[in-house]
Amino acid sequence: MEDPIKRLRWRCRRGTRELDQLVGWWLDERYPDASAELRKGFADLLEQQDPDLWDWIMGRSMPSDPLQARVIDEIRTRHRV
Amino acid sequence: MSAYKIQEHEYDMVVVGAGGSGLRATFGLAAKGLKTVCITKVFPTRSHTVAAQGGISAALGNMGEDDWRYHYYDTIKGSDWLGDQDAIEYMCKEAPAAIIELEHYGVPFSRTEDGKIYQRPFGGMTTKYGEGPAAQRTCAAADRTGHAMLHTLYQQSLAHDARFMIEYFALDLIWDEEGVCRGVLALDMAEGTLHLFRGHGVVLATGGYGRAYFSATSAHTCTGDGGGLVLRSGLALQDMEFVQFHPTGIYGAGCLITEGVRGEGGILRNSSGERFMERYAPHYKDLASRDVVSRSMTIEIREGRGVGEDKDHILLDLTHLGPEVIHEKLPGIAESARIFANVDVTKQPIPVLPTVHYNMGGIPTNYHGEVVQKVGENPDQVVQGLYAIGEAACVSVHGANRLGSNSLLDLVVFGRAVANRCAETIKSGSAHKVLPPSACDKALANLDKLRNAKGSSPTAEIRLNMQRTMQSDAAVFRTSKTLKEGCDKMATIFSSFEDVKVSDRSLVWNSDLIETYELQNLLYNAVATITSAEQRKESRGAHAHEDFPDRDDANWQKHTLVKVDEKGKAGFDFRPVHMYTLSDDVEVIPPKKRVY
Repeated sequence: MEDPIKRLRWRCRRGTRELDQLVGWWLDERYPDASAELRKGFADLLEQQDPDLWDWIMGRSMPSDPLQARVIDEIRTRHRV
Repeated sequence: MSAYKIQEHEYDMVVVGAGGSGLRATFGLAAKGLKTVCITKVFPTRSHTVAAQGGISAALGNMGEDDWRYHYYDTIKGSDWLGDQDAIEYMCKEAPAAIIELEHYGVPFSRTEDGKIYQRPFGGMTTKYGEGPAAQRTCAAADRTGHAMLHTLYQQSLAHDARFMIEYFALDLIWDEEGVCRGVLALDMAEGTLHLFRGHGVVLATGGYGRAYFSATSAHTCTGDGGGLVLRSGLALQDMEFVQFHPTGIYGAGCLITEGVRGEGGILRNSSGERFMERYAPHYKDLASRDVVSRSMTIEIREGRGVGEDKDHILLDLTHLGPEVIHEKLPGIAESARIFANVDVTKQPIPVLPTVHYNMGGIPTNYHGEVVQKVGENPDQVVQGLYAIGEAACVSVHGANRLGSNSLLDLVVFGRAVANRCAETIKSGSAHKVLPPSACDKALANLDKLRNAKGSSPTAEIRLNMQRTMQSDAAVFRTSKTLKEGCDKMATIFSSFEDVKVSDRSLVWNSDLIETYELQNLLYNAVATITSAEQRKESRGAHAHEDFPDRDDANWQKHTLVKVDEKGKAGFDFRPVHMYTLSDDVEVIPPKKRVY
């Protein structure tokens, strides 16, 4: 049986150093206690393009999907952006 | 080794890596009618090319007078006369066509009011062979140039029926008895299955190895896999001592604080709060060039005036600028510092450290992208079946120091060159040579060994030892003594890999195993780098040696070739720098002093 965390761990590999760290934080710290729907939001977020992820984390725009937006919010709150 | 089942796939060409150069090659090869597969460990648009925001150079002359020959001169001077002048001629001459092609394929370049591609100035880019005003030569797609290129080239590759094997990790190159490269053995990370991709040519487009250092701007994925594959195959890499640093990466995080911060009045301070740049560069102070600032910071740290628990970094102070200046003139800096250093830049300084930014060295190639080695008296012997492009390669167009916006150009020009070359030399659909049953044995033995590694040192621990040693002894401050010490330390760390411990024995999504492979590749690259630096007794470009502060053209205007054996022992040879051109369109530029 495949462990979804192992797959997500690999997909946290992004194109930039900055994003590696930010999305990796969510997997390490928030994923274990997150609800199934928020986990899905996170998995969907990892499928997005890196420049979009960066713009969202920097607060220049937000993803239209509310679950992805919640994950982004958590990352922003954690880092007091 | 029969316990491992291998599925075999036949293609004309196999590309490893899906960054800018890999995608340009994949698209080009497929468009030329060659059956092409691209193996990539991460999704194509998540390659590190995405981090390249600055732009791509080409003498289009859209903003004023320009000529590819001026670009050629600037690149040779930037390389500190270690670049091969035939390859530089090729790159600069082909640049305008390569850019126009990208535009036609769909890269949304920023434009001037009258609709031409907009071009901005960049450091080191001049006109009239350094005598004229600064050149405006760098094209950009807003601040997303790298991503726009990846996206466009990926779509073009798919449109031409190239196949992508995504989240496949290349384990080893597969050779025949005559030393011809015949394919790549790869692991499908999702399924845990092994695949042998046969090709008439294998193109390594695997990027740099920034993660060999503690502080690097590179993403985690930049682990020099191509260089590792080549060294483990017993071939030589070239000019590995030349590593470009950026002075102000955030300590521990690596992300860059742009040089604009010092331009707006940011000040570097040591542990006693002193503005130490006044001592090293009394005139320019904090605005001295990148390499001078990086070296001064490193000397401060080495002499015990670093800050923090380990006294291993420096502070970049913006507090005197006031919040208005910071937010108006330096957008994004406050956010980056908040996120990655947990610092309020209006009240606290940012912890920074010279940070690895680019690897000039790599797999030696000619300007067709064919891998070359020195064999007997022939310094340019082509290795049949093997190609390398992009940061993984050393063509060498960057020589001892790369100019900004020449790296994206390198990717597309030589990705394209490989496709053109293979279209001429390889016949689609021709039969693949039958390989002996033992062809994959060495690769499988390595897999079996790493997968079952029961030592006592976790991968992350060995990696950190390597990164700290490379940061302290193979960074910007280099003396005979520190380099020698660093070589000894790296030899011990290389040996400690025999005692590596891998906890996960599965083959499915086994990040532990993949990171151990990546560490193996990094260790080979690291040893090649620090030993190459130790043997080069001069200063040139990014290699600044305190005991040999001058460039020594009589003895050292030559490419270092380095091999690393299974025990981590390095061996050296040299290739001459190509001081000739491909045509009469341009003249050879003889060495002179590099001053700006």
